[in-house]
Amino acid sequence: MSLLTPDLGLLFWMLFSFGVVFFVLAKFGFPIILKMVEERKAFIDKSLEAATQANERLAGIQQEGERILKHAREEEIRILKEAEEIRNKIVEEAKGQAGIEAGKLIEEAKNAIRKEKEMALRDLRNQMAVLSIGIAEKILRRNLDNQSAQRELVNRLIEEAQKN
Amino acid sequence: MKIRIKYTVLCLFLFAGMSMAAQEIPVETEHHSEPKKDLNVTELILDHVGDAYDWHIATVDGHSISIPLPVIVRGSDGVWRCFLSSRFEHGHADYKGFSIAHEGKYKGKIVEKNVSGEEVRPLDLSLTKNAFSLIMGSTILIILIMSCAAWYKKRKVEEASPKGFIAMIEMLIMSIVDDVVKPCIGKNYKRYAPYLLTVFFFIFFNNLLGIIPIFPGGANVTGNIAVTCVLAVFTFIVVNSFGTKEYWKEIFWPDVPTWLKVPVPIMPAIEVVGMFTKPFALMIRLFANILAGHAIVLGLTCVIFITVGLGAAMNVGMSVLSVVMTIFIDFVELLVAFIQAYVFTLLSAVFIGLSQVEAHGNKQLHK
Repeated sequence: MSLLTPDLGLLFWMLFSFGVVFFVLAKFGFPIILKMVEERKAFIDKSLEAATQANERLAGIQQEGERILKHAREEEIRILKEAEEIRNKIVEEAKGQAGIEAGKLIEEAKNAIRKEKEMALRDLRNQMAVLSIGIAEKILRRNLDNQSAQRELVNRLIEEAQKN
Repeated sequence: MKIRIKYTVLCLFLFAGMSMAAQEIPVETEHHSEPKKDLNVTELILDHVGDAYDWHIATVDGHSISIPLPVIVRGSDGVWRCFLSSRFEHGHADYKGFSIAHEGKYKGKIVEKNVSGEEVRPLDLSLTKNAFSLIMGSTILIILIMSCAAWYKKRKVEEASPKGFIAMIEMLIMSIVDDVVKPCIGKNYKRYAPYLLTVFFFIFFNNLLGIIPIFPGGANVTGNIAVTCVLAVFTFIVVNSFGTKEYWKEIFWPDVPTWLKVPVPIMPAIEVVGMFTKPFALMIRLFANILAGHAIVLGLTCVIFITVGLGAAMNVGMSVLSVVMTIFIDFVELLVAFIQAYVFTLLSAVFIGLSQVEAHGNKQLHK
């Protein structure tokens, strides 16, 4: 049957057309496309790698930023603390100084008061002495008129002196 | 993109539908024009799946409308002659001693009478329907693939990736390379990829052309044994011309008990036969599948005309069934068009892979 016997003419034309197709496509068609697809694949891989690296670097930068921020915050806290300490110290110092000053002033005032008091006492004593002497003179002048009374007084004074 | 794919699929469906419609027309007209009422289905189908010297489109009122194709023959006198097949007037006339045989073993072929009056075949390189379809298909295929390649050539890698049709071709190419060529052949796959891709696209494209029933397509190209024979021979050459030492050793001195090799070389004989049966199977598989597809579609269409004599109701019923079945089979044929191209490529790749075997010792070393 003719279906199963290859026809010579068609064999020839098939050989011819497939040969041409094979030659053209295998030489100029598919290798270009395959090469391009391969290159594109390499390019995509490279791009992905670059993107990953960039991401990593970005993450690094972010981390660095966070680190710096944290550091700055710590520094801030430290400085604030220090400032407070200094303030407290200054206040303390000022308080101390003021206390001392006040003490001094009080001391001085006390001294002055004491001196005044002493002076006043001395004054008082002097006046008392003068007054007493005056009074005593007056009393003595009157009492020493009689003999017996004089003796009694002298004795008492001696007694007192002895007691002391 | 999605929409475009939908349109492509729709177009393919339309082609499938048209295939059915167009195959009806010539059958119907022939039926009316011929004096005898019977429709010889076998002859009709064989006529359609076979080769012809002109491209028959339709017969209207007894007149065939067909595209004449060039006939190139060398007669017994050793002179090449070239003329259009319309000279034969659809096989009814002689031209310069050549005529188309109506019966005998050269039925449908150009013959000439020798001295004793017997019909003999001249050397016939006519551009028949199949040859013409082959050349046309090849030209379109080259243009398609080269236009894709030109797109790549014009651009740099970083510029753009293809879209639309070129992307589809690229997808097909890469699916063949990644799923068939690479795993079957292994490290040497780059040398064979262009051949296998050519085979795949050649078969696939001609299969699709064959499904289209009207003029540019419809020829039973890949269902012709001459075509599949050449493809198989190419695969045979590619497989055997680059075979490794181990491959030839396994054929002529395989690892079997010595009494199987000398004095009677049973195993080598089997292996040598195997060398030829592999491409032979390729040839028959593609030929039979595509031929059967065309025959089924034609047969189902003929159901309409066979049942004419069984009454109107029966005829309408069977016609509906026939149309439904033909559409279904055309869908199957679309699938077959791809699968057969894929299988031919896959098996060629497997055979090439088998010819690339390394020595077993080396293999174990690699492991």
